[in-house]
Amino acid sequence: MTTIPTPLKPAIRLRGFDAWYGDFQALHSIDMDLPENRVTAFIGPSGCGKSTLLRWINRMNDAIPGARSSGQLEINGHDVLGPATDVVELRRRVGIVFQKPNPFPKSIYDNVAFGARLHMKATKAEMDELVEWSLRKAALWDEVKDRLRSSALGLSGGQQQRLCIARAIAVGPQVLLMDEPCSALDPRSTASIEELMVELRESYTIAIVTHNMQQAARVSDFTAYMFLGKVVEFGATLDIFENPDCQETEDYITGRFG
Amino acid sequence: MKHAPKPALLADSAVIAKRTRSLAARHRKDIFFRNVCRTVASSSALVLVLLLTAILTQGLGSLNFQFLSGPPDPDPAIAGLWPAMMGSVWLVVLTLVIALPLGVAAAIILEEFQPRRVYLRRIHSFVQLNITNLAGVPSVVFGILGLTVFVSMFGIFGNGQEAGMEVGVTYFDQFYNEGDFILEVPVADQAQPVAEPVEGMTVFSYEGTAMALHLLGDDEEWPADPALAKRSLRTWDAPGRIQENSWWYFRLPFGRGVLAGALTLMLVVLPIIIIASQEALRAVPSSLRQAALGLGATPLQTVRQITLPAAVPGILTGAIIAMSRAIGEAAPLLMIAGIVFITHAPGNMMDDFTAMPLQIFNWAGRPQKEFHDLAASGIIVLLTALLIFNTVAVVLRQKLQKPLS
Ligand SMILES: Nc1ncnc2c1ncn2[C@@H]1O[C@H](COP(=O)(O)OP(=O)(O)OP(=O)(O)O)[C@@H](O)[C@H]1O
Ligand SMILES: [Mg+2]
Repeated sequence: MTTIPTPLKPAIRLRGFDAWYGDFQALHSIDMDLPENRVTAFIGPSGCGKSTLLRWINRMNDAIPGARSSGQLEINGHDVLGPATDVVELRRRVGIVFQKPNPFPKSIYDNVAFGARLHMKATKAEMDELVEWSLRKAALWDEVKDRLRSSALGLSGGQQQRLCIARAIAVGPQVLLMDEPCSALDPRSTASIEELMVELRESYTIAIVTHNMQQAARVSDFTAYMFLGKVVEFGATLDIFENPDCQETEDYITGRFG
Repeated sequence: MKHAPKPALLADSAVIAKRTRSLAARHRKDIFFRNVCRTVASSSALVLVLLLTAILTQGLGSLNFQFLSGPPDPDPAIAGLWPAMMGSVWLVVLTLVIALPLGVAAAIILEEFQPRRVYLRRIHSFVQLNITNLAGVPSVVFGILGLTVFVSMFGIFGNGQEAGMEVGVTYFDQFYNEGDFILEVPVADQAQPVAEPVEGMTVFSYEGTAMALHLLGDDEEWPADPALAKRSLRTWDAPGRIQENSWWYFRLPFGRGVLAGALTLMLVVLPIIIIASQEALRAVPSSLRQAALGLGATPLQTVRQITLPAAVPGILTGAIIAMSRAIGEAAPLLMIAGIVFITHAPGNMMDDFTAMPLQIFNWAGRPQKEFHDLAASGIIVLLTALLIFNTVAVVLRQKLQKPLS
């Protein structure tokens, strides 16, 4: 149930992964492989631990006092949780996009260049090239190319979210984690971000949390249904949506949950 | 539960009628409360207006150019505030230069680098508690602290009064001869006794030209030639030792100088700056920090490029409030500088000084009414400075404060 049926290369490997906030165990013994260059969707009721799992993959939870984990979490064979892992380098390789768009109060250009500048010293021409590429990749270039120097806070919510995606891919990640990236957006912006994900999937391994079942069905190759800190069912999206193994999964997907 | 009957307070009209509060009474209380607030507020404003009127009528008369540019004087008609104003400027600038980096650094440590280990967190919250408490400590207490720590430095350097170690100073033995000329002999070792005049020894004129000393006995006649008179001394002439401080004169312990005063004021304003900076940092949405960290920024890069720039308006406002506090403080300075008669602006960080609150305090304590008027004029100057500071703070806040999300 937890292994990938097709012979795809696993990018992220979880074995017996537990996570706690203080005494509260938020994740219970997660076993799964997220395949490379595929979109994996995490669905499940509120509070089931989807964000917690995502935030452990690039160790964003490090900053939370009392948050700890155990078990195995590997990305392309590298141990994520071990003391040898440099979180700065890890986060460069594993980008994250949050639920609420959070552009910096800087210009559009500087937002995209911010991450790249953290890691690299580049000439103006190289940086211009990178910014344009990232914005094009995030399907935002045509809308902002004439106002790169104006504040990113002047963009619409959907544009801001695409800017955050551009900002994340500008540092050259291999994995993109997206925690409900469309929940604050209108249907049109959502559609453009979904298109984007399908396109980005060619070069990135993507994990997305969503409460929108249609979205999961549309964009993801694999789907994991989580409940109370456990992965109840994980498999190809088509299988999960057409004939789930568990009654719980079916109830949740069809909206009969709770 | 879905079909439970409505509670009596919503359904039973008899109960509702009995329990309902009188609408008219509620409105009456509302109006009464509003009027009480209005009265209290306007009476406090009235007190302020009275105070200002009293100060202005008493002080405006003696507020003139002489007062603003002259030194204090035993004669109230020509006494001025200049040395005290310059003393205050020195104090406030030095205080801010020292306290701002310290305070901002402390705030960054407390807000942005919260440790994960339990015992470190304990230390952290202990420090936090202390800072909050220090903000409420009477400033005279800091004066006592400043006296032992900065003025005498626990007596580590000698007796705690005289300089145990100093740089940027030259000593001279200065003669004053019969022809009213000044002759100076540089002192190589301060421990040596004062120079004795010897025929032919090198002396310097007041202007600094080297000359050979011409020594005269008791019975010899004073030379008529002014060039010779300029380098002549009697055998019994004795010098006095004087010191000349450069602008970068520095000594340990600090003594009762501007630096000791500024460091003491630093203790007073540090909690204000730390707390204001902490609040400014806390107001930066944590989503921005998360965004930066998520892109692989180190904690330092996050603070340097995201959090601190966003907090600058708040920090500057705190700094200006701290300046207002520093310029009006009298009690701790009274312990450091005391009431001394000082007629010159400070020339270096170790110079004796007086400050506006001290000068005002001094004048207000004299029996003559003329001095009381001078004190009122001084208060006008002080209040003007405070008004300017506060205006700048408000303007800065409005100009620099940008939306963050
Ligand atoms: N910082 C925290 N401290 C303590 N407990 C937390 C913290 N963050 C999350 N939790 C708890 O961990 C559990 C999982 O939370 P998580 O945010 O991962 O849920 P989620 O599946 O993302 O929910 P949602 O769909 O509402 O975003 C919840 O019970 C939550 O209360
Ligand atoms: Mg969540």
